[in-house]
Formats: sequence, C-alpha cells, structure tokens
Amino acid sequence: MNIPKDLFYTKDHEWARIDGDTAYIGITDYAQHSLGDITFVELPKKSEELKQSRYCATVESVKAASEVYAPLSGKVLSNNEQLAAHPELINQSAYEKGYFFSMQISNEAEKEKLMDAVSYERYLEGLAK
Amino acid sequence: MLKTPLYDIHLALGAKIAPFGGWLMPIQYQGILAEHSHIRNAVGVFDICHMGEFMLEADLALSGLDRIVTQNIISMPQGSCRYGFMLNDQGGILDDLVVYRVNENNWMLVVNAATTLSDYEHLKRNLSGQYILEDVSSKTGKLDVQGPQSLDVLKNIFGGGILKLKYYTSSEFFFQNQRCIVSRTGYTGELGFEIYISTDYVIKLWEVLLKDGRVKPAGLGCRDTLRLEMGYPLYGQDLDINHTPLSAGLIKFVDLSKNFIGKDGLLKEQKSGSKEYLIYFQADSRRAPRHGFAIFANDQRVGTVTSGSFSPSLSVGIGMGYVSGNYDIGAELIVKEAGIEIPVKVARKPFKKLTSL
Repeated sequence: MNIPKDLFYTKDHEWARIDGDTAYIGITDYAQHSLGDITFVELPKKSEELKQSRYCATVESVKAASEVYAPLSGKVLSNNEQLAAHPELINQSAYEKGYFFSMQISNEAEKEKLMDAVSYERYLEGLAK
Repeated sequence: MLKTPLYDIHLALGAKIAPFGGWLMPIQYQGILAEHSHIRNAVGVFDICHMGEFMLEADLALSGLDRIVTQNIISMPQGSCRYGFMLNDQGGILDDLVVYRVNENNWMLVVNAATTLSDYEHLKRNLSGQYILEDVSSKTGKLDVQGPQSLDVLKNIFGGGILKLKYYTSSEFFFQNQRCIVSRTGYTGELGFEIYISTDYVIKLWEVLLKDGRVKPAGLGCRDTLRLEMGYPLYGQDLDINHTPLSAGLIKFVDLSKNFIGKDGLLKEQKSGSKEYLIYFQADSRRAPRHGFAIFANDQRVGTVTSGSFSPSLSVGIGMGYVSGNYDIGAELIVKEAGIEIPVKVARKPFKKLTSL
C-alpha cells in the first residue's frame, strides 16, 4: 500500500498535503483500493467553508457510495475539475492527479489531530487484524 | 456460508469475496469495469456453481410439471431451453428459472441459489403421479462462458459440435470423457454458453478455459452491470413474491392459454390493472441510482428503485424500479435518497444495444 511520508492522514482514509496555509486533499491508496473502480465524485464548491471531520464530498464506485470528511477546517480554493469526467484518476493516481480539492487552512493547530505516515501505516495494520 | 469448489482458486487469483444468496462468491478480480469491458469485447468465465439444478424424470402430462411453470413446455423440442417463472396462487413470483428439456421425459430446472430449497419443496408439493425428482445442485458445477469470442473458445474444448447449438438450446458434450450439458444461454447480452459439469471436473474445466489467453475470470459485480445494461431483472431485487410477471412487464414468458398455479391471480390483475409497474430509467450524469432509493414524479413519491448502477458502456447511471402509474418513455423523474437527487428519464430496455447476442 502506497503511504507517502510527507502527507497527513485521517482514520477515514483522507490525506492532506500541507504547504503553509494551503492544503491539497484526497483519499488514500487504501481507500481507492477498497472502493474499487471509482465512477463518480461530488466535490465541494469553491469558497465553501469546511469544518474538520465534517462531510465535504462523496465518492462512488460501481458497487458503493462513500462520504469524504474534511481533514482540516478552512475555505475551498479550487476543486479538481478533471475528476468530473475522469474519476478513474483517483484509482490511477490517488495522491497526485486524483486529488479532490485545495483549501486555505483556518486553524493550523488541527494538524495535531491527524496521523503521520508511520501512524497511518500502523492504523491500517490494526484494521487488517 | 457455502463455498463453491473454486473458492480457493478465486482467493489465489486475488478476488474480492462477498456473501451472495448464502454463498461466498467472487465479486471482482482485476476490477468490475475491466471485466465488464472484457466480456463485451472478448470472453469471460463466471463461477456460477451456487445456482440450483434439479433433474426431473417425469411424463409431462401425468406429473403436473406443466402446471408448475408458466412457460409453454409442452411445445418444447428436445434440447431446447425456456425462461419462465414459478408462481404462488396469487401470481407472485416464487422464482425465475430456465427449464431444459434434456430428452422426451427428462428435464433440468435451473433456479436461483437463495431459493433452491424452497423451490424444491414447491416442486415436491405440486408434482403428482410417478416421477423422479433429484436436487443435483451440490454435485453440479456450473461455469458461464460469455462474450463475442466464446464460441471460438469452446470449439477448441468441445469440438465443432458446439457450432450447431442455436440460441436457447442445449446438448450433451464431453470434457475429458466427463459428460456435461452445454447450453447457448446466459445473462449478459453477449453470445455465451452455460456449462453444467460434475463438481469433480469443474476446477479442471476452469483451468483449461483460463489457459486460453482470450478468457479472463469475471465476478458477480460485472455480471450485475452486464445484466442491468440489458434490462434483465434479478430475482430477490427486481422480482419477488410481492410482484407478478405482469407488473414486471414479463408476461411474454407466461402462457396464459394453459392452466398453471397463479393463473387466476394474473387474470384478476390483468382485469384490475397492476398496482405497480417495473420501469427502466437512465440518469443524465455518472451518479448511480441504488437499490432502495425513492422515485419521485412532481414532488410525489411514486416508487422505489430495485436495481441501479453506473453503466460502464454508457458512462451514466441506469436502473429499474417499480412505480405506481404509467410513465411514457422519456418521462422525467427524480431518484432520491438522503440529500442525493438524481434526475432520470424513463428509458426503453435494453440500455446497451448492438451486443454480440
């Protein structure tokens, strides 16, 4: 399972790439693998205010639909428009081309509630038991 | 949970396994979209060992078999197959099935996995005179080979005799000296075959099929998307005891000129009109309607989705469901569930046209 070292993770399998007060958000390789072929994504609108751990997007595979929760609070700067026509990018490139949206973080302290790569890997190992 | 003889092979192939009709079945191997596309373009093989098979040796006139199934079986030539239903007294669907006339007085009935036991009891209760009925489900393996190149693949295994099989007919063939029944049938909309073979040989047959580079394993996930694109209903979702072949729009598989269990219920419904009708609909987006979502017309709830999915061939959501009232092709409806609203239009089946069938 691909778990990049420079990202932060949630228990619901979202990731955040944090650069200053900006973050890119997506779902993890584990999540895309569990969902299977992704066929539809509903993203938050530009300028939408998100709250940490609250619903922010929906991702659908052929067999199931899942809710995505914001890893951090803040305002949506832009969403990945390519996903509307090509949601399979999430399967192909979960951490790069398959990102969901970028956001301006409003509370940097919330980062403390996220897991680093080592903790997330241990968390996945626990789920597998 | 029951396992088919191929269960360990599915695990070794990396299949995702899930419960289905009391069985642990492979849902997908490399992915539903890839498997769906492969069957539309080449050949896939499904493990369908979970389904039920009954062998019946009986005189048609004396046994009462003709009263138990809805299709006209008197006119079935030897070697032919027919799709139809077993109904309760009210016309509710106990199961859908395919009847095979193996020879003059030998029949094979192929039924759904979850209803195998209740179907067997229903048959025993309603057969009469002298007959021999055997539930051979546990010793019968079943592989479905589906896709435009399936004929070429099976020609290499069973010989040129397979070329003579017409649509919805079956015949006896041999695989490694083991007798099996092969029918030119299936539930994917593609040219395809269903093979019934002893469970002792089903693993060998699977392995020989997969040695052909054109054949890939396919799971129940893509079987669902393939049958949905064709508008084929699934028992337990689109068909059940609370709905009749009339309300499901499947009366062409019922012979109203003969007597059968449930006929009175159907005639009554024909006079009064069905309370609900099964409709087919297509979304204008990739969002998938799902089983259980509500169907609305002009802010009024008019029905419920029974099956729905993303269509890999059309790249939009498709589905079917029961509604009260009549809706013409093209009528606009909304499918809803907890904040999700999917605009759909009533559509004709099949959704996917120009298949190899």
